[in-house]
Amino acid sequence: MASNPMLSRRAFVGAGFAAAAAFGALPAAALNTDQARALIDKVVAEVNAVISSGKSEKQMYPAFEQVFVRYADVPTIARSALGVAARSASPAQMTAFTKAFQGYISRKYGRRFREFIGGKIEVNDARPLKSYSEVISTAYLKGESPFEVRWHVSDKAGKSLFFNIIIEGVNMLASERTEIGAMLDKRRGDVDALIEDLKRV
Amino acid sequence: MGAARSVRCKPGSGHAALLALPLVLAACAGGTSSQGIYDPLEPANRAVHGLNKGLDTVAVRPVSKVYGTVVPEPVRQSVSNVADTLSQPGIFANHLLQGNIQDAGSTAARFAVNVVFGIGGLFDVADDAGIPDAKTDFGETLHVWGVGEGPYVELPVFGPSTARDAVGTVVDIAFDPLNSVFKDDDATAMTVVKALSRLNDRYRYSNTVDSILYESADSYAQARLLYLQNRRFELGQAEPGSEGGAAGGGDGFIDPYEDPYGQ
Repeated sequence: MASNPMLSRRAFVGAGFAAAAAFGALPAAALNTDQARALIDKVVAEVNAVISSGKSEKQMYPAFEQVFVRYADVPTIARSALGVAARSASPAQMTAFTKAFQGYISRKYGRRFREFIGGKIEVNDARPLKSYSEVISTAYLKGESPFEVRWHVSDKAGKSLFFNIIIEGVNMLASERTEIGAMLDKRRGDVDALIEDLKRV
Repeated sequence: MGAARSVRCKPGSGHAALLALPLVLAACAGGTSSQGIYDPLEPANRAVHGLNKGLDTVAVRPVSKVYGTVVPEPVRQSVSNVADTLSQPGIFANHLLQGNIQDAGSTAARFAVNVVFGIGGLFDVADDAGIPDAKTDFGETLHVWGVGEGPYVELPVFGPSTARDAVGTVVDIAFDPLNSVFKDDDATAMTVVKALSRLNDRYRYSNTVDSILYESADSYAQARLLYLQNRRFELGQAEPGSEGGAAGGGDGFIDPYEDPYGQ
């Protein structure tokens, strides 16, 4: 039932792109939106492949970390998550933090992807938003009502990479800023202690 | 989602509006912007959060585990379906108060179909028939009437809320249309069914709930952020630009390229 409007909507968006391409006059924003959509199509395809690979949960973590590193702007996400403390951190600390953060994120969200087994994500739409693009997808999980997943994609890092995921209004970047901020507070602002502990979370 | 959202502080018409007028006025007086986190009661809220977390640790979580393991899934699902059906009259009333005739209609259809063909709500036939499940509550009704969310509050047992949504929760319980239908034992049964449905949710979403309550560095702050973001999304307030931009807010969309350190 639910997949029919989705398909037609998809077809409609596709037709729109095709028509725009035929006129040969794609504005810059539309081009970026196109690239953003292509990026998330790839991410979703790879995530879907990992989910349906039959791998164990532990084996999935490295696979997710690869997807994350390849398609997300990890240094920007890490810097934003660390917040103001990133300004006074040394380059060496930032490198170490980014590496630790990357593993932590992959484990944390990889654990949650277990719930995606037997499900799938479908990309429906993409649009320009502020200085970046927003790709809108729907997650279909077993025994759940479909829910919306939005991806924020920017090309400011030289190529299209995603920097935020918003699930039913809840955004990963804000959540991680709160989490990392709280962890840092608990360690009285000691970034090195935070890095060490992140490796173990 | 179709109804236009009023942003003015103007109560609707009808008995319930009159009833709620003092609340509306009070909330209007203290109306706040719908972005960012407004938590002047944080110390008290944190105390309640500690209480709720303790309650979850010693009772809700272990009991939900037993319920989830001992009672077979189809039975739990049926209980939750009954709870869902029992919530429809209240949802119907709220849609009417919001002037949302379309969702009121589908709610009424859902209720009728599940009561009649779903054997008193045991089976969610309406879902299979493709009748949309348009949930709402009195907190949303107040929002539609133009009431701001007010300060964040964590309620005992009920958990994260806002001043507006807390009023909504109380009104939804106190003025449930079924209160006048079910008395004594029936009323108790209704409460039990609803509690079991909540336990089933706690069991089904145990990974998510556990990760927030027990694995995050500050479970209070995480729960608060999650609630506010998701609630604003439900109420259609999460669109950037709709509230004059969400830049810098703890919950709005962040542009880490414009504002690398999120100050």
